[in-house]
Amino acid sequence: MPEPLIDDQLDPSFRVQISQEKGGEKITRCFACATCTLSCPVRAVDDSFNPRRIIHLALLGAKQEVLESGFVWLCSSCYLCSERCPQDVSVTELMCAIRNIAVREGRIPAAYIAQLELLDKHGRLYEIGDFENKKRTKMGLPRVEEKREEVARILELVGATRYYRKEPAP
Amino acid sequence: MRVALFLGCTVPVRATNYEQAFRRVAAEFGTEVIDINDFSCCGFPAKAVDRMIPLVMAARNLALAEREGVEAVVTLCNACTETLTETNHVLRHDPEQQEKVAGHLANLGYRYDGSMTVRHAARFLYQEIGLDRIRTKVTQPLAGWRIAAYPGCHYTKPAEIYEGFDRPERPISLNLLVEATGAETLELEGTCCGGGTLGAKEETALKMARMTLDQMKERGADAVALICPFCDVMFEQNQKKIERQVGVEYGLPVLYYPQLLGLALGIPREELGFSINRIKMDRLWQKLDAQAMRG
Ligand code: SF4
Ligand code: SF4
Repeated sequence: MPEPLIDDQLDPSFRVQISQEKGGEKITRCFACATCTLSCPVRAVDDSFNPRRIIHLALLGAKQEVLESGFVWLCSSCYLCSERCPQDVSVTELMCAIRNIAVREGRIPAAYIAQLELLDKHGRLYEIGDFENKKRTKMGLPRVEEKREEVARILELVGATRYYRKEPAP
Repeated sequence: MRVALFLGCTVPVRATNYEQAFRRVAAEFGTEVIDINDFSCCGFPAKAVDRMIPLVMAARNLALAEREGVEAVVTLCNACTETLTETNHVLRHDPEQQEKVAGHLANLGYRYDGSMTVRHAARFLYQEIGLDRIRTKVTQPLAGWRIAAYPGCHYTKPAEIYEGFDRPERPISLNLLVEATGAETLELEGTCCGGGTLGAKEETALKMARMTLDQMKERGADAVALICPFCDVMFEQNQKKIERQVGVEYGLPVLYYPQLLGLALGIPREELGFSINRIKMDRLWQKLDAQAMRG
């Protein structure tokens, strides 16, 4: 059995932080019916994942546990829980809100750093150079040009370059 | 109708069979498909980092389409569909975010009025072309093909952003599109392919895909018809891996719906990108050739 979480490990401001984050606004509506957990396709094959548990840990203020455990990254964003939740909590968006908070607090998974780098470099997740275009031409498909400058500019404007460029935040 | 085809990241590199088949089929129905060279990634991959990133990236793409004066943006990937549609929804309903996005766009020299219609290719075929027109053009009905039609999550969910299109949990439009080719469809409980979990925990994602593959196999599918490159990653590109892990053999061919439709329209298979499909289609080709011979 894990140790119970007690007062000094809890941060009561976490629920406020989440409800002020886009997508997390409705967290306090949850009345713990477990419809989300019972609907969840990730949960169906992996019982370490439990959306209701994440929501209630967050409401309790178990910020460290929620952010460190990394469970929010397992959600496949299928939106089934969001469709079914009787309290319209928007669980999928809530998971995303917690991810956004985790990233800002220095917990961005390596895979996302790599994706940001690719977007900055190619404007897309995959490179499209001469090699790819040759294959496309063979299939009668038009050439595709990379448009990286404006995508990189968006990442700068939004302040996301600090997650992958080795430079101080703007 | 004049539409812009939005390719996104995966399709133009990894799912050129889907792209080629859609272009070919659209031409058959007289749809004018244009390409906008300045399109980029839709923005979806960065939503988990900061939801403002996809809003600005998607709005920029939509602004380009608006500038071009097309009637709709047609998407091939479910994630692109969801991201572009959600962006329209947010810009129309959340003035605070709208203002922020407009500010970033102005910085880049763009302006987006929020007018652009976004249509998934399957929805486009279903609503804009329509089942009747499709049926009248079928010259090679795929009679006797049992197809598992798999629309994927973001085709209709979150329902809020799709404004009443189809049934969110158990969509029927893809089944009807498949049946319009003369093929049969089978009942599936729509569960997620697992694509969204693959990057975080492969083992779990593969188990998710396996649940659906098992169902398709048990219910006697000859093949799977998809409309999303992420579902393809799970059901086609990972099928062998799942087979090895669990010691079963699915041998289930996976194709994109426009490829299936193309066959029924009598388009030669070389023009539908089948060289890219990985799982042997021999049994289906035999069926098709036998049907063609019987005329
Ligand atoms: S379905 Fe909604 S109300 Fe029920 S436990 Fe999940 S989030 Fe809470
Ligand atoms: S959106 Fe995430 S938490 Fe909700 S049912 Fe799907 S995988 Fe589970």
